[in-house]
Amino acid sequence: MIRVHLPAQLRTLARVVGEVAVPVADPVTLGRLLDAIEAEYPALIGTIRDRTNGARRPMVRLFADGEDLSDAAATEPLPEAVTTGRRPFLVVAAIAGG
Amino acid sequence: MSSVRVLVGTVKGAFLLTADGRRARWEVEGPLFGGWEVYHVAASPADPDRLYASQSSGWFGQIVQRSNDGGRTWEPVGNDFTYAGEAGFHQWYDGSAKPWTFARVWQLSPADDDPDVVLAGVEDAALFRTGDGGHTWQELSGLRGHGSGSSWQPGAGGLCLHTILRHPTDADELLVAISAAGVFRTTDGGSTWQAANAGLRSGFMPEPEAEVGHCVHKLARHPARPDTVFMQKHWDVMRSDDAGRSWYEVSGDLPSDFGFTIGVHAHDPETVYVVPILSDEHHYPPEGRLRVYRTRTGGHQWEALTDGLPQQHCFVNVLRDAMAIDDLDPCGLYVGTTGGQVYASADEGEHWAPIVRDLPRVLSVEAQTLP
Repeated sequence: MIRVHLPAQLRTLARVVGEVAVPVADPVTLGRLLDAIEAEYPALIGTIRDRTNGARRPMVRLFADGEDLSDAAATEPLPEAVTTGRRPFLVVAAIAGG
Repeated sequence: MSSVRVLVGTVKGAFLLTADGRRARWEVEGPLFGGWEVYHVAASPADPDRLYASQSSGWFGQIVQRSNDGGRTWEPVGNDFTYAGEAGFHQWYDGSAKPWTFARVWQLSPADDDPDVVLAGVEDAALFRTGDGGHTWQELSGLRGHGSGSSWQPGAGGLCLHTILRHPTDADELLVAISAAGVFRTTDGGSTWQAANAGLRSGFMPEPEAEVGHCVHKLARHPARPDTVFMQKHWDVMRSDDAGRSWYEVSGDLPSDFGFTIGVHAHDPETVYVVPILSDEHHYPPEGRLRVYRTRTGGHQWEALTDGLPQQHCFVNVLRDAMAIDDLDPCGLYVGTTGGQVYASADEGEHWAPIVRDLPRVLSVEAQTLP
């Protein structure tokens, strides 16, 4: 299971409290993790990645073990700290006022 | 006894305001979807418990929410608004070509006879339809494929299809309005469309009477007289008596013919309401006085309705979707402001009182008359 920290707005939408964990088959890649998040929580489809083209939404950032994976390819392997469950994968809403 | 439910969309969530038929004491519920922009909340005429809400965010995009129990519980449904075929290009503010890109749903229009059928007007301007209660959406691409599409330009709010006006007896006939392209009309259920802007004149355009390019802010009609349509344009209040084929001005003695919203009385097709705004630069009422204006003659002669509305130091705006009229007799009016007030009148606009004063900026107001 991969631990995932979602921003508050998406936790509300997914109706979860706190950190979530989703199953991802090996090899654990960025794309597979995002697929798994959307499969587990269909309400989040389109909120992290654009519904039409699959691109990360411009004001959402993705981090794993201190590494910025916002612009990484879907095939990017996730670091061991995340795949072993030691650290959560972070979905972060950009600070943009509001 | 009948009751009223007022559906309010704001920049930070939705609110449901309910009252019995006297409309004197209101219960306020919300925010629903707190923190998200709610451009529109709409009720199904076929099932009063079926509600739809357009929830969106600059961070997380578009969500469509559906309630089957009058707003007590909600479920997200489909949010895939993929344009049919090649998306193509429209004009940007500077005239350059910009690819058609979905941003949000501005307007939800449930069908009169089926709660699962809904039309959605979106930005960048297009019309979508669901037949399964919002789970899937298909574009009625004939509109965007109108030959003029590449020349459409956004208004200040974006290139948005903000108004869907259904014909009360002919499901195949629709009028839609797009800022800033104008009015388009279909009589075949959305396969083909004709520009419906003859008679409009817009001074900001190099060809002021061009077939398309007009910044139409809102349309309204009475179901008993579907060929008569009223329009609040960027400037000018207009009227058509031939279902949009031609328009003439009825601004008459209004203190300003700029404004955003317009509505028709529930029981009199010649009684119309507008909220004059000083200008496109100012976006607040003339003289700092919030006045709803009413004509009982289908235009030209207008009277100010002020009792209970702020008559000094008032510099809020009333946006295009922020006025609604219920079906009771006498009909009630509801006006939401960018200052977060929702004012109500239970007597056709003669007297007003705020239901709430401190909501976030109000984007839309709908009134649902319940049995």
